[in-house]
Amino acid sequence: MYYNFLKILKEGLTNNNGWKKTWQNPQIKKKYDVIIIGGGGHGLATAFYLAKEFNVKNIAVLEKNWIGGGNVGRNTTIIRSNYMLNENEAFYEFSLKLWESLEKQINYNAMVSQRGVLNLFHSDAQRDSFIRRGNSMIINGADAELYNVQKIKSIYPFLEYENARFPIKGGLFQKRGGTVRHDAVAWGYAHAADTLGVDIIQNCEVDNFKFKSGVCIGVETNQGYIKANKIGCAVAGSTSLLLSKANMSLPIESHVLQAFVSESIKPIIPGVITFGAGHFYISQSDKGGLVFGGDIDGYNSYAQRGNLDTLEDVCESGLALMPTISKARLLRMWGGIMDMSMDGSPIIDKTHIKGLYMNAGWCYGGFKATPASGWCFAHLIAKDYSHRLSENFRLNRFKNGYMIDEKGQGAQPNLH
Amino acid sequence: MSEFIYYGDASLLKRPKWDNKNAEDEFYKYLYLRKNISGFHKELWFHQQGDRSWLIVTRNTKNHEIIRVELATEVVKGLDK
Amino acid sequence: MSNINRIKSSLIDTTKEINFVFNGKKYKGFEGDTLGSALLANDVKLIGRSFKYHRPRGIVSHGSEEPNGLVEIINDHYNEPNTKITTVELYEGLKAKSQNCWPSVKYDLMSINDKLSNFISAGFYYKTFMWPSSFWEKIYEPLIRKAAGLGSLSLSNFSRNSEKGFLHCDVLIIGSGPAGLVSAYIAGLSGVRVILVEEDFIYGGSLNNEVFHISDMPAQNWVKSILKNLDKLSNVRLMKKTTVTGMFDHGIFGAIEKNKHKKIEQIFWKINTKKTLLCSGSTERIIPFQNNDIPGIMLSGSIRSYVNRWGINNLQKVLLFTNNDDAYLTAKNLIENGINCIGIVDTRNSSKKTDYKLKIYKDSQVINAFGKLNLKGVNIINKEGKITYLECDYLGVSGGWNPNIHISCHTGVKPEWNQEILAFTPGLNNISTHIEAAGSASGKFTLNACFADAESKITNILNELKVKPKKYVIPKFNRDKYNIDPFWYVEHGSQRKWVDFQNDVTIKDIEIAYDENFRSVEHLKRYTTLGMGTDQGKTSNVTGLAILAKLSKKLIPEVGTTVFRPPYIPLSLDAVVGQHIGKNLKPIRLTPTHNWAKANGASFTESGLWLRAEWYSKKSEKKWRESVDREVISVRNSVGFCDVSTLGKIDIQGRDAQDFINKIYSNRFAKLPIGKVRYGLMLREDGIVMDDGTTARMSENHFIMTTTTINAESVYRHLEFCHQCLWPKMDVRLISTTDAWAQIAIAGPNSRKVISKILDKEFDISNEKFPFMSCKELTICGGITARLFRISFSGELAYELSLPTQYASSFVSYLMKVGKEENIIPYGTEALGVMRIEKGHAAGAELNGTISALNLNMEKLVSPQKDSIGMILSKREGLCLPNGLRLIGLKPINPKNQLISGSHLFNENENRIPENDLGYVTSSCYSPTLKSFIALAFLKNGTRRYGQKINVSNPILKNETMAEICNPIFVDPNGDKLRV
Repeated sequence: MYYNFLKILKEGLTNNNGWKKTWQNPQIKKKYDVIIIGGGGHGLATAFYLAKEFNVKNIAVLEKNWIGGGNVGRNTTIIRSNYMLNENEAFYEFSLKLWESLEKQINYNAMVSQRGVLNLFHSDAQRDSFIRRGNSMIINGADAELYNVQKIKSIYPFLEYENARFPIKGGLFQKRGGTVRHDAVAWGYAHAADTLGVDIIQNCEVDNFKFKSGVCIGVETNQGYIKANKIGCAVAGSTSLLLSKANMSLPIESHVLQAFVSESIKPIIPGVITFGAGHFYISQSDKGGLVFGGDIDGYNSYAQRGNLDTLEDVCESGLALMPTISKARLLRMWGGIMDMSMDGSPIIDKTHIKGLYMNAGWCYGGFKATPASGWCFAHLIAKDYSHRLSENFRLNRFKNGYMIDEKGQGAQPNLH
Repeated sequence: MSEFIYYGDASLLKRPKWDNKNAEDEFYKYLYLRKNISGFHKELWFHQQGDRSWLIVTRNTKNHEIIRVELATEVVKGLDK
Repeated sequence: MSNINRIKSSLIDTTKEINFVFNGKKYKGFEGDTLGSALLANDVKLIGRSFKYHRPRGIVSHGSEEPNGLVEIINDHYNEPNTKITTVELYEGLKAKSQNCWPSVKYDLMSINDKLSNFISAGFYYKTFMWPSSFWEKIYEPLIRKAAGLGSLSLSNFSRNSEKGFLHCDVLIIGSGPAGLVSAYIAGLSGVRVILVEEDFIYGGSLNNEVFHISDMPAQNWVKSILKNLDKLSNVRLMKKTTVTGMFDHGIFGAIEKNKHKKIEQIFWKINTKKTLLCSGSTERIIPFQNNDIPGIMLSGSIRSYVNRWGINNLQKVLLFTNNDDAYLTAKNLIENGINCIGIVDTRNSSKKTDYKLKIYKDSQVINAFGKLNLKGVNIINKEGKITYLECDYLGVSGGWNPNIHISCHTGVKPEWNQEILAFTPGLNNISTHIEAAGSASGKFTLNACFADAESKITNILNELKVKPKKYVIPKFNRDKYNIDPFWYVEHGSQRKWVDFQNDVTIKDIEIAYDENFRSVEHLKRYTTLGMGTDQGKTSNVTGLAILAKLSKKLIPEVGTTVFRPPYIPLSLDAVVGQHIGKNLKPIRLTPTHNWAKANGASFTESGLWLRAEWYSKKSEKKWRESVDREVISVRNSVGFCDVSTLGKIDIQGRDAQDFINKIYSNRFAKLPIGKVRYGLMLREDGIVMDDGTTARMSENHFIMTTTTINAESVYRHLEFCHQCLWPKMDVRLISTTDAWAQIAIAGPNSRKVISKILDKEFDISNEKFPFMSCKELTICGGITARLFRISFSGELAYELSLPTQYASSFVSYLMKVGKEENIIPYGTEALGVMRIEKGHAAGAELNGTISALNLNMEKLVSPQKDSIGMILSKREGLCLPNGLRLIGLKPINPKNQLISGSHLFNENENRIPENDLGYVTSSCYSPTLKSFIALAFLKNGTRRYGQKINVSNPILKNETMAEICNPIFVDPNGDKLRV
């Protein structure tokens, strides 16, 4: 079904009885050219780009629950390309460019909204590192501006300037950053992939891989055995569990990241703001809810929920930055399971087993990476070699000492 | 500022010997590769705002239930025996 | 028309009048009222407008499940948007106004949306507004955002009336209805520590809504009598106006206590409990039919509550609509109070006998409601299809009851479907700090079963706590049975039937979502926004699930459950924060000489939690640079001092202390003589530089290590890890002495001269007796113990003196006095920074967590001959690139051109693209010594490029400078000055 305004008009006049499925519920075939495990943002995007850009037919996406139920459905919806290291910046800028043209590509309005991302800094040292970062952004073709306090005051008069423990000294602003309606990304990619003939199979959990002479040739699922020439895993926090079935130990830990949303209130926050002296970032959704978050809880977890300390820490930072939201009320809090890698950067690579590919280690930056991750993973699966922009995101970088450590925290996943 | 600070999998207790032939590979595996268990996980916590002891906590990563806490020093001495 | 006559038997104190204002108009209520009950009593039915279509909205319920009755409470300094009027205890002077309407709640221009609803049904926005893409931010989204939100925040001011608190108990009982009271009493009698929490401003829960008798007294009196007994028990803490908002790990609960009358209006409690009994009662469900959202249509039990508890009697004609027995009790109480109950429409073929006169329309359904701003009447249909119009101003609906199981789900336990009561009950939780539900929260919908359940559950809990339960004879009742018909919504008719009142979700929206394949509960919720409002779907979720089940031809439990997440009620953010706001966000650490510095013209800067003096201004100095330049020149020419107490200090003692330190530092440390200090490079296990500092050997088995300020805690933790987890057999003891010892750096060619004046006589620090890198414990100023280290960060002849913190302030005053001859000055962190850049010392900006010893030109400080943390992995290829980054110095060709930290480095004629990016500037300053700007930087292959030119490119600030690559040690590269 092709969506546009006229379609809405027609359906409105005929009592909305003609809407068709956004994606189908197909019968599982016995064999596929490519199976993508994981019906989240990255998995669905991979399937879409495989079909659209790399001309692969006969693709299935296997999702153990409902599509979009993982981290794409439980994040703070921010998109940006404001990294310091060239390896990251080039990749995320490609992703941001894909976001900018996404909706026409997938014929679905994911509400990509480039309302700007402002990272505040509170010390000279932080300013210096933001300048280094801003310069990396510009060198890589992204946009970046350095704001002084006066400029920030004129846009965000309601921040705490007078009584701050860590006074605002300026900010790094990316105008092209913003937010996207996160669920719609999964649905939109599903819709577009489905239109190109991709089979999206929900409630299909992979129990095991099947190997023949060292080659991965299929998957055992709760809906039966499915053969495939190539199998790609894009299962975020479940990566270690899934690939342990292929006897792999990975440079990944699973951690819980909480996100919070307030009751709906009349819009006050135009873009995304991050606090530089604590863990807090915030934006306001088109419905009026304040969407905010902070740091991961900090311990290995598969529980999809966190604890009170993090909520307190996040709210303390939040109100220290913008006391004006004091009387907004927290409506919901939830947790997602992050695949925290050992250097804070992702892995898009082949595994040591032929036919088996992996896409993981997104830490808590996976949402904004969705289009580029899908594209680069599709490239790797289709062509059997890395896309130029993901050639540094290899598994062997840890062994060889080529870490991509944006925060400089070393091999401690909970600090990235 | 939390009372306890998390470090990671208790396998970090088993640091390889520096003069082994394959030391570089062993250290790589020791430092970077994780079982990332879903279920009961032995892990290291530091009692930062307390007696400064390193603890081995056995905790279920599915529901955060803690079933055992030991002093790291005791566990390591036990390993050596 | 202001009706403030109330029914006598209610819980309202009609002798105490309370004045309040709603939408600018004055009203009166009584003590005991909520804002909701007072408005109803004053015939105010229209409260606000719905989110999307701006439909008129009136009160539906009488508690925190309220989807409709939302207002902004206006206080002197701030607004509280989206406040549920059913949960606000009325107070004198309360001011409130309707929200989400303009110009007024009666005439709301945005109600045009209601007329367009066919074109803006569920998910419409996903399917349009895609072209042209720039229009989204410019036109469509601003329009959508203009319509977004319910209430508004006041931007001007905010409150600071919150606190946080901690409580501990053996048994936490949530809810003080029949189950809660009985179990609290049994537990209290048995001697365990009990906390009983009640959300309402009076105890009693559902019993406050009832007028029947318990143990030969009216239910409300029975509540009072058991409360009196509970009050006498010192081991029971009663907390009303307190809502448990969430259950977290290990028996920790969050709870919010609200009290408008007190200076501290809200307290966020963290309750630590061994066992928890959830006695949170149950919430009535709606039944969707055409136009079932008109003000005047309420929950049947809530009508009963407004009559019995709040004594409201201005209802003219009340009709009831039910699929279960409970509504009959409402009818009975209405009739007893002389209110005109015109009948009950029962979906069942009910032959229920009543001992009062009531018109029963059995096998019938309400199919449509009429009225615009309030209810005028309804159409009902019987089994034969006959439609009858009934005039009424209130319709009480009962679609059955949902146990309030939310909190039991917070740790991830899924609820279970109970076919008998057609609702979810708490699932089994097998964690030891488990929570159990009792009473109607566990699906026991008759009072008899409710009491029995509470008795048995609390007995189990006491047994698990190994406490013998004391006997208490629970009240007994006739064996009633709760009967309910699986009737979820009215099929008749094609007009809109509302499921979620606040978010305007209709049955049609659910059907559209289903047609579009949003068939998982979570998809449905996210696509239609069902249950996403401020009422968190308390009245609508299960109904929505039932509709989905019917569409999918599945049973409700097969369709799934929605996961309830904290908080149970929306929680204002300032409550969670308490007093940790503004300057109180984090503690402030002051250096030992802070007050002295403040009195002597210092400006301060944040450095982690510390405040440090950054420079000392003299009156004649207009710009900070003048002060810093003067400080640097003074030190280099004569002498100055700086408080460096923030550096981490770790005392290391033990027989194996030397071997231990030798494993911590990558450079050789095995043979440090007593009385000597050595520079140490510390790697992380991954071979990256973690920290650096000096370690002094004070005696055979006593060492003092210093760390950088920022890593003081993490290095100490690392050392404890290495000792306790890697080498526990080593005889080593570690303690952080950062706060115990003040440390003052005294630097400059005249520093020895000044220090000699303060040392006690017997100590000789001549260059021969106390050469560079010596250390000694000695006494100063006539017997004060101190430690002197001859080390230098500035590159001058310099010392660091440690002394007990309490003497530091008077010591520096004394230092100023004795150093007068040499024109001693205090210097701040800026001058310290300038001198270390001039000297090429790496600091925080260089040790950024990605830098190896080789990058710092310190590869020789990683000894391959011994085991040390990080040595093995520092040998990896990526850390040893021959043409990789090297620390270098930069001098601008024109010395007046500033070099800016964060700039990137490019060869002069190459494009500014990532492939050509050769490095970056880490630290920069103006060097008064060289009379030029200078910088430190990491540059690929840098050490082989001294003398060449490089472009220092800073596109974000739109500037570029040419600079010469040089040795990072700008001043005294051979270190001659250190050794004189």
